This record gives sequence, C-alpha cells and structure tokens, in this order.
Amino acid sequence: MNMLVLLKTPLLGAATPDQVGLEHYLVVSALVFGLGIMVVITRRNAIAILMGLELLVNSVGLNFVAFAKFSSPDAIDGQVVTLFIIVIAAAEAALALAIALNIFNNLNTVEVDEARLLKG
Amino acid sequence: MTFSDGIFWVFAVMAVVPALVLLFTRSIVRMAFLLLFSLAGFAGLYLHLGAGFVGFTQVLVYIGGILILFLFGVMLTARVDVPVRPSPIRHSVLPGIVAGLVVMGCLLFIAVGNPWEVRQPTEEERIAAAAPDSPRIGLKILSTYVLPFEAVSILLLAAMVGATYIARSRPNSKEGGSRDLVADAGSLETSDLTAEGKK
Repeated sequence: MNMLVLLKTPLLGAATPDQVGLEHYLVVSALVFGLGIMVVITRRNAIAILMGLELLVNSVGLNFVAFAKFSSPDAIDGQVVTLFIIVIAAAEAALALAIALNIFNNLNTVEVDEARLLKG
Repeated sequence: MTFSDGIFWVFAVMAVVPALVLLFTRSIVRMAFLLLFSLAGFAGLYLHLGAGFVGFTQVLVYIGGILILFLFGVMLTARVDVPVRPSPIRHSVLPGIVAGLVVMGCLLFIAVGNPWEVRQPTEEERIAAAAPDSPRIGLKILSTYVLPFEAVSILLLAAMVGATYIARSRPNSKEGGSRDLVADAGSLETSDLTAEGKK
C-alpha cells in the first residue's frame, strides 16, 4: 500500500492534468520506429542494419503492450504477442549474424553494398 | 506529474535518446552499447506498463542474448588489418533520413491526432492486474495461443539448426563444392586489388 501512495504523490508541485497515457507510449514508439528506419537505410555495415531492425521490432512490441493495457479488460493478450515478437527477433538475429559471418568469410567485408557477386 | 509519470519520462528518454545518438555514431561498438541503453529503456517502459514478465524477458533475451551476439559479430567481422577508408558520400543517406522522417511524422500524426478510446479499468480489474502476471501468461500461452507457441518452437529449432549449419567451419574448403566459386571470386577480387596496389 505504501508503494501505491508513493506512486501517486505529485512531483513538481500540483498534479498536472496531462497524465501519462496511451499517447505517450505511442509517441515514444513512433520516434524509435522512425530512427530505426533511418538506421536501416543509411548504414552500410550489416550488423549496424541489424541493430536498426532490433529498434523497429522493439517499438512495435511496445505498441502491443500499451494498446493492451489501455484498451482491453485483460491486458495479457498484447503481452503474449510481444513475447512471440521477442522470440522471433532472437531467431532472426541469430540467423542474420550467421549469414553476416559467412559473407565476411567469403568476401572479407560486411558492407552490404560490396556483397554484389550476383550482380557481376 | 506524479512519481509514476516521472519514472515514465526517465525510461522514455532512455529509450529514445540512445537511438538518436546511435544514428550519428560511426563506431559500431559504440552503437552496440547505445543499443543496450535503448533496450533497457524499453524494458523499463514494459515494467511501467505493468508487464513485468515481458520486461524481464526483454532484459534476458535482448540485453543478455542478442546484444552479446551483436558484440561477437562485431568482433568477428572487424578488419583490424585494413585501415578504415574515408566513407564516400552515400546516395542513400538523404533518402533514408527523409523516409524515416516521413514514417515518423505519419505515426506521430496518428498517435497524437487520433482520439483513442481509453478504457478505464474498474476497481476489480485494477486489483486483478496487480497480481503477478506470469501465471496468467502461462495459462494463456498453453490455451489460446498453443498453436503459435508450437509454431514458434519449431521456428526456433529450425533457426538454431540453420544458424549452426550456415556458420559452421569448413576444414576441407579447398577442394570442390559450389562454395569455392564464391570464395574464388572474392579472393580474385582482393588479389587483383593487391596486385594493383603493388604496381
């Protein structure tokens, strides 16, 4: 009970009307999603591109949990979907790094625009 | 602003600012550590949303697993013998920034402009939501979501086997095999370059 009282105590004077709500989480998610897209498109290093992908995946997962918390009576569904997303992202990262290592062994680089053997 | 809101702002800044710095960082190792802070910020946001299990799974899988994997990848693919070339002006930098800004703007427009119907929980639901969520997640996964759960299990197994197969070392890579075509092409290119350098 003490914890709840602590969480409700106003900081910085009186409680302002703009409590943290669904929009705040969506804004954080949108910002990180846009930054992730910029990282994916502008980088040449394959591992840096994978880092951008992780940012994208995380921002989507945050949206699922936030929507479930603020719109559904039982907020567990969104959390389960986010858990699946985390698992699939882990599998994707492992496979993509294996491919990057293989490209490095063959071409001695992980810059994605130098891996153009098929282009001739 | 309550104490809870203060916690939200701390984690929100922790999630967004490292992602922004990551965009302008050249060193790939620094990128990995900035990604660590961003992922930790996301874990804090999950906790703030009352999703404790997801938050700690985030810490375990992302920070404990994927980030270490990235650091291994960075160390295994760094060319210490080749000096870093001055990177040329890239044709995809401006379109990348523009595309990211456009997507970000659209998402922000929807997030702020849309009148979301937020459902206020009743007192019973508030009490139920304060209970530990891992038993409920376990029941949900093994009842409603049992088919996706099994599919994800098979996917993980396939990814593990595939990653091991792709990244395996080949002791007898000198003779035969279609891979040598690729390896020869690569070595041809590099040997040509070194020959030109010697001239």
